[in-house]
Amino acid sequence: MSELLIDNISMRFDLPGGGHVQALKDVNLKLKTGELMSVLGPSGCGKTTLLNIVAGFLAPSEGDIVLNGHKVEGPDAERGMVFQQGALFEWMSVRDNVSFGPRMTGKSRADYTPTVDHLLEVVGLQDFKEKAVYELSGGMQQRVALARCLANDPDVILMDEPLGALDALTREKMQSLVLDLWKDTGKTIILITHSVEEALLLGERLLVMAPRPGRVHKEYNLPFADLGVGNDLREVKKHEDYSTTREEILEMIWNMEEEIMGRAEESA
Amino acid sequence: MIGLLLIFLYAAAFFGTFVIASRLFKKLFESRGFNKLKTVTFGDESAVIANRLASVVSVLTVFWLWVAFTNSSIPLPKMPGPFIGDTSFTYTATLEDGTTDEATITVRVFREDIQLTLDDDGNAGVAPDVPEVEPGDGFAKNDSTTIARYGFKVINVWTNDEVSKKDGSLVTALNGIPVEPGDKIRTDAGEIGLTDKGTPTFSPATGFRMARLYLPAPEIVVERFFRLNSEGYQGYSLFQHTRYSLQRVLIGFLLGALVGIPIGYAMGLTNWSRGWFDPIVEFMRPIPPLALIPLIIIWFGIDEEGKVVLLFLAALWIMIIAARSGVSGVAISKVHAAYSLGASKTQILTKVIVPNSLPEIFTGARVAMGVCWGTVVAAELVAANVGLGKMIVSASKFQQTDVIIVGIIVIGVIGFLIEVGMRKLESWLVPWKGRV
Repeated sequence: MSELLIDNISMRFDLPGGGHVQALKDVNLKLKTGELMSVLGPSGCGKTTLLNIVAGFLAPSEGDIVLNGHKVEGPDAERGMVFQQGALFEWMSVRDNVSFGPRMTGKSRADYTPTVDHLLEVVGLQDFKEKAVYELSGGMQQRVALARCLANDPDVILMDEPLGALDALTREKMQSLVLDLWKDTGKTIILITHSVEEALLLGERLLVMAPRPGRVHKEYNLPFADLGVGNDLREVKKHEDYSTTREEILEMIWNMEEEIMGRAEESA
Repeated sequence: MIGLLLIFLYAAAFFGTFVIASRLFKKLFESRGFNKLKTVTFGDESAVIANRLASVVSVLTVFWLWVAFTNSSIPLPKMPGPFIGDTSFTYTATLEDGTTDEATITVRVFREDIQLTLDDDGNAGVAPDVPEVEPGDGFAKNDSTTIARYGFKVINVWTNDEVSKKDGSLVTALNGIPVEPGDKIRTDAGEIGLTDKGTPTFSPATGFRMARLYLPAPEIVVERFFRLNSEGYQGYSLFQHTRYSLQRVLIGFLLGALVGIPIGYAMGLTNWSRGWFDPIVEFMRPIPPLALIPLIIIWFGIDEEGKVVLLFLAALWIMIIAARSGVSGVAISKVHAAYSLGASKTQILTKVIVPNSLPEIFTGARVAMGVCWGTVVAAELVAANVGLGKMIVSASKFQQTDVIIVGIIVIGVIGFLIEVGMRKLESWLVPWKGRV
């Protein structure tokens, strides 16, 4: 059984004037293959740092990331990443963006062309293959980013607020797309978001992180992601547990923010 | 005086043509719907689109003003011209014993550019002869002389008189009006007066048009343009002058780009290169290339080599900085994305960092080409055997204003074409620029 192990991760950033910031402290998590975990937390709780460590862009001060039994030692195609926006390559067409991964890893054109065409169809961009990415809307660009990530067939997909820059309607459509892709591909997904609703809808597991130092505050196991697959997400939102959980989490994060403000005032 | 009139007319043309055009071509001036409320925001060039009719009228206005303020033969409304032809005025000479006598001075005013004006056979014009006049009676005799337009002449009226100035003959009145030395009287044909020592003077009226030396008429410049092509100037045709200048710019710029872009990349990619080149680049960048000309002449002489080195230096720092900021400006998420898609360091350099830096490099190239073009002309002004700058500086020594103006127009047009060409190339090669 393959899995992603986040083993006792701590991250300290040294400040130029001496001293340091404890971005993460003793984070332990285990994700089974095919799990979809959303991560919530106030600004500065280390969500993105954690994701960058899993992706291999940052080396943790302490602890290890272990994927399928081997230690992570840098970025690799086995861990795909979807960014908020601006990570597409404007000088390439939609098709070339999607086929970037396979091309870089030396696959032959005959190998990757069917995959790329299939993925473009899955994300609904089959008619935009030859378009330049800057000609697409924000939602379409994120579809390209999803397809590009999937083209490499990674074991884990890391999403750093992938829908954060989209308008509410596009966002809802994209949430359904993410759920469908998750179910179809069976990938392990970690999704960072600022939106409590999005975290509830997309997170099979939902992780609430607390700041200073960044740490796991509470974890939920939720039924909404499974309910949402292939269904209208607005129906899911009518579920009775949905609003109670949402209120609970909002309250939790609200208190954390208050605490941060209080501490800032004390030290001022 | 002429300057003020020119500014007034130009402003009047600006507002006048606007009023006329907005009545005649209502459609061009209509702003639809909410566009009426559109305001220009800083940095947003798209907020106002140039009215091309205004551009055409603007160019025509400049052309008309050029015609109006010169002695052009083009049939357009013109300013009052200078006096030309024969005129006369009288002077009254008074002897010590009070005897007076009146005589007439006839002046023939001819074109100041008569020697530059060729007839159909290609022969240059010559200044006209002095008009013949009857000497008349009395001790003061009638005089005659010639003078070029825009000129000023002191007329020694006593040469044919019976009593010379030394013997006590003084000019006491001009055209019957009593005058003292230093006085001036305005007539229809110009200005008559006495010098401080009492000798009559005449300067013909200039009107509101400029002499050929200051501003030749458009047709003279056009004619000079064709003659510069067929006959050349100082051994080289206008085309050759232009070609030499352009060639220097292209070679200098290409060398600058060829050396500058890799250095810029190195500075953007490794801290050692950044540290190594930083002091040199930051020191050399603010030095205007023109300040290097004396040193370049000492080191390389005034031939092609020196020019190319100068232009190389003009382009180099700009290209280094453009390439450097192109590399540094790559969004970290693009690099991260490429890494997690399995790209190697080399692949990231060639497939992500280089294409990502192209828009910046193009901006740099556009600036560098403009600077090089300005620098080459200036360098040729200082020292060169051939080139547009050389042509106009030589022409200025021989007061060939028409050649200077042809040179300036060619320099301007080519500079403009370079800019347009670079923009076209940019939108073709880096179409995503400014759209992400």
